[in-house]
Amino acid sequence: MSAEAHNHGHEHDHDHGHEHHHKDTFITKYIFSIDHKMISKQYLITGIFMGIIGIVMSLLFRMQLAWPEESFKIFNVLLGDKFAPNGVMTNEIYLALITIHGTIMVFFVLTAGLSGTFSNLLIPLQIGARDMASGFLNMVSYWLFFLSSVIMVISLFVESGPASAGWTIYPPLSALPQAISGSGAGMTLWLVSMAIFIASSLLGSLNYIVTVINLRTKGMSMTRLPLTVWAFFITAIIGVISFPVLLSAALLLIFDRSFGTSFFLSDIYLAGEVLNYQGGSPVLFEHLFWFLGHPEVYIVLLPALGITSEVIATNSRKPIFGYRAMIMSIIAIAFLSTIVWGHHMFISGMNPFLGSVFTFTTLLIAIPSAVKAFNYITTLWKGNLQMNPAMLFSIGLVSTFITGGLTGIILGDSTLDINVHDTYFVVAHFHLVMGISALYGMFAGIYHWFPRMFGRMLNKNLGYVHFWVTAICAYGVFFPMHFIGMAGLPRRYYTNTNFPLFDDLQNVNVIITAFALVGGAFQLVFLWNFFHSIFYGKKSVQNPWKSNTLEWTAPIEHMHGNWPGELPEVHRWAYDYSKPGHDEDFVPQNVPMKPDEEVLHH
Amino acid sequence: MTTLLILIVVLLLAIAIWQLTKIFDLTQVGENVNDTQIADDNDNKVNGYIMFAFLGFIYLTTIYCVWNYGNLPLLKDSASEHGPLVDNLMSISLVLIFIVQTVTQALLHYFAFKYKGKKGQKAMYFADNNKLELVWSSIPAIVLAGLILYGLYSWNNIMYVDKEDEQDAIVIELYAQQFKWEARYSGADNVLGKANVRYIEGANNLGVDLSDPNAQDDFAASELHIPKGKRVIFKMRSQDVLHSAYLPHFRAQMNCVPGMVTQFSFIPTVTTAEMREKPAIIEKVNHINELRAKKSEQLVANGQTALDPYTFDFLLLCNKICGASHYNMQMKVVVDTPEDFKAWLKDKQTIVQAVKTAAAEAEKSEKPATPTIDTAKVKTVVKDSTAVAQTEVKK
Repeated sequence: MSAEAHNHGHEHDHDHGHEHHHKDTFITKYIFSIDHKMISKQYLITGIFMGIIGIVMSLLFRMQLAWPEESFKIFNVLLGDKFAPNGVMTNEIYLALITIHGTIMVFFVLTAGLSGTFSNLLIPLQIGARDMASGFLNMVSYWLFFLSSVIMVISLFVESGPASAGWTIYPPLSALPQAISGSGAGMTLWLVSMAIFIASSLLGSLNYIVTVINLRTKGMSMTRLPLTVWAFFITAIIGVISFPVLLSAALLLIFDRSFGTSFFLSDIYLAGEVLNYQGGSPVLFEHLFWFLGHPEVYIVLLPALGITSEVIATNSRKPIFGYRAMIMSIIAIAFLSTIVWGHHMFISGMNPFLGSVFTFTTLLIAIPSAVKAFNYITTLWKGNLQMNPAMLFSIGLVSTFITGGLTGIILGDSTLDINVHDTYFVVAHFHLVMGISALYGMFAGIYHWFPRMFGRMLNKNLGYVHFWVTAICAYGVFFPMHFIGMAGLPRRYYTNTNFPLFDDLQNVNVIITAFALVGGAFQLVFLWNFFHSIFYGKKSVQNPWKSNTLEWTAPIEHMHGNWPGELPEVHRWAYDYSKPGHDEDFVPQNVPMKPDEEVLHH
Repeated sequence: MTTLLILIVVLLLAIAIWQLTKIFDLTQVGENVNDTQIADDNDNKVNGYIMFAFLGFIYLTTIYCVWNYGNLPLLKDSASEHGPLVDNLMSISLVLIFIVQTVTQALLHYFAFKYKGKKGQKAMYFADNNKLELVWSSIPAIVLAGLILYGLYSWNNIMYVDKEDEQDAIVIELYAQQFKWEARYSGADNVLGKANVRYIEGANNLGVDLSDPNAQDDFAASELHIPKGKRVIFKMRSQDVLHSAYLPHFRAQMNCVPGMVTQFSFIPTVTTAEMREKPAIIEKVNHINELRAKKSEQLVANGQTALDPYTFDFLLLCNKICGASHYNMQMKVVVDTPEDFKAWLKDKQTIVQAVKTAAAEAEKSEKPATPTIDTAKVKTVVKDSTAVAQTEVKK
């Protein structure tokens, strides 16, 4: 009740404010904007820019892996004489590339670029709110993200090289510049950048939570929320629970590095001398890191699954199957995700009994995940599938989510993890299940909501080319990778030539790199489509996909406050597609129930 | 050359798809122009068919990979007692995964093909069904319960060593440092002497407490020898950063953590010589040597030195990122027959002796210990350190 009252007051403000709309200057409209739609575009474009850096890095080190220590002009051009003398990549910059690739893709692209973009765009629009609960905090959140991105990019140019201890930055390697040169200024900047990133993420998440709880429009009960909003909501909650733990780990690591404390360091003899550290434990850092690190996987993945739920339902012209089961599984996954971090540490030296516990909780996650996969498949069944690019990416997501998720059964089992831990099997697993799946979710979101964001359509044929080449290359890269992992090939090796044992895997590495290069090149199709269509795309109609959710009831033109006049009122859930008794195959949420209409779902 | 070919093939494939969509663009020119950028019946049809073809692609990739790279060393020919237990669980899990993968991908892509949209067609309104949800949450639950039980049973078997077995076992320390391994044997008393990095000095490069009675018979080696059929308890230590002792053939791995001693234990069941005789290993080694011979021809043609031929050896690898030369941190592992092992143990210079001789040598050369002499002393202990990883730190 109070929420409604609040909404009314809010609405009034904006009606009033709307008359002064033209006072927006360039700076308040495009740069320091507090409008959630503009902020979401800022997130998206920053995320895409970081994504370009991350993906180019991966192509560089893939080339090194396929043709170890061979000379490439491109290495010399991009990495410089110091890190690629005569065009041969050095082992130090190789480690730096994999480290920054992981960091950028996980945090800057798939956390901020995906969740930041679509939470901002969709939460207010889909729940029928004028804006986020606090537009100002939202702006601060974006600009902190921007600042952290800038610092991360700057860290690539410091003399001793960027951070190179792996994206998990385990101390002591990350704490001691004597151990690896990237742990000097590069690591300091990395930690500063991440601390700011966490602050940004927390401000954003708190805003999302408050907005979803308080600003839902009249009639929008929690069980009428689209699954996208549910996913963003739960994602924000696990972000708020787990990111502070990473912040504490980062702060303690900064203390160890700069102020001589010994939280994570003990008994170290390096470069000919005994260091003063005593009593700390790297295992403690691993616990703290993975307490965020594992939920982070779902912070990345849940928004993608939420987007997919919405896109699949809309394009199947069918209600999402098992709406309540989907919500339950999101909640179950979120809960379980916070108690499984130990499966990254089975062989870290922690008590084997803990290993048993974490095996148990980890394998439990397979149940809600299976429910989600089956629900998606059943949603397609007897649908009327509209193969828009967003739909293709959503189906692609379900496919890679299954393929990648299944191998989790092996990695989550402590006994089997002994032998595939930190091999390419792990790399294949998490790239498919969270990397590629979340990227597909992001692409699905971009293709689906581009008209909502920019008022124009993306070119669909370019979208098809983009999807199919990406889909083939993604499997081409990561499927064979399982097999080199099962042959025992460790990850993060600069070259495998020192082990004749692995000589017979070299041709696989070449195939993987070939697919990666082609897949990477075809992202240019997307980039061209995206940036070209912002300005020259075909003008969109208000509801191009004939979707039910509220964002399509708002006018196309950019306006602060989303709806002119009153906020829409919600009368039904978001998934009345092809409902018997209606002429059209969709019934938007703001259409009142007919006098004799029944609710056909539970 | 093969690389180029693969690149070309993939590129052509991509161009083919591109052309497909172009053609498809052209077919629409004459008809009412669909410029809405929203999928129409034609798009649905084409993409529906490609979906079905994509299912074929997934299956073919799977078959290709299993056929060509499915000769997995980690699934068979284990060389430790618990190995078959792990391999068996792995095989069961893999079979299960392949079945689920085949079925679900088929359903997903077939439905995408079968129910591709047509104008005028209406989807079925089917919102939920509790029975179905119950079925597909309970089936995975039951299957997983089985896997969890098997897994926990094996895990407990592997990680916990009985008190009696412990007394019977040989205790060996694996000592990790950037970027090489060393082993410390506990000697006749089978108890490792105390050690800490703060004791590191000159020839005592493992930081052994020389005054500890248990340490008197400890000796170091840069090649790990273990006897067949006897339980070995490895105590892992690290001198600087995190490392991970990975012994893939023995299905063994444990991190080496500075400031703490970790443990892993197994019983080797196959000697190096026996392993070399196994048909699968012979085949693998021959294949690798063919590849190396080919590579060598190229190298020699370019005026470089040829590669050495490969003979099979068990290996200890570092499997936790530990610095610039992480990729070359290895130690040869030799499984001996009990007799050979006994012979190998003979006349090993203990660490205490090594430190004494090093000190005596230092006195002989008159001057007080200088850093150059220190390194010479280290070399006397680590006799065959060349066999270990070459620790060229590129800086």
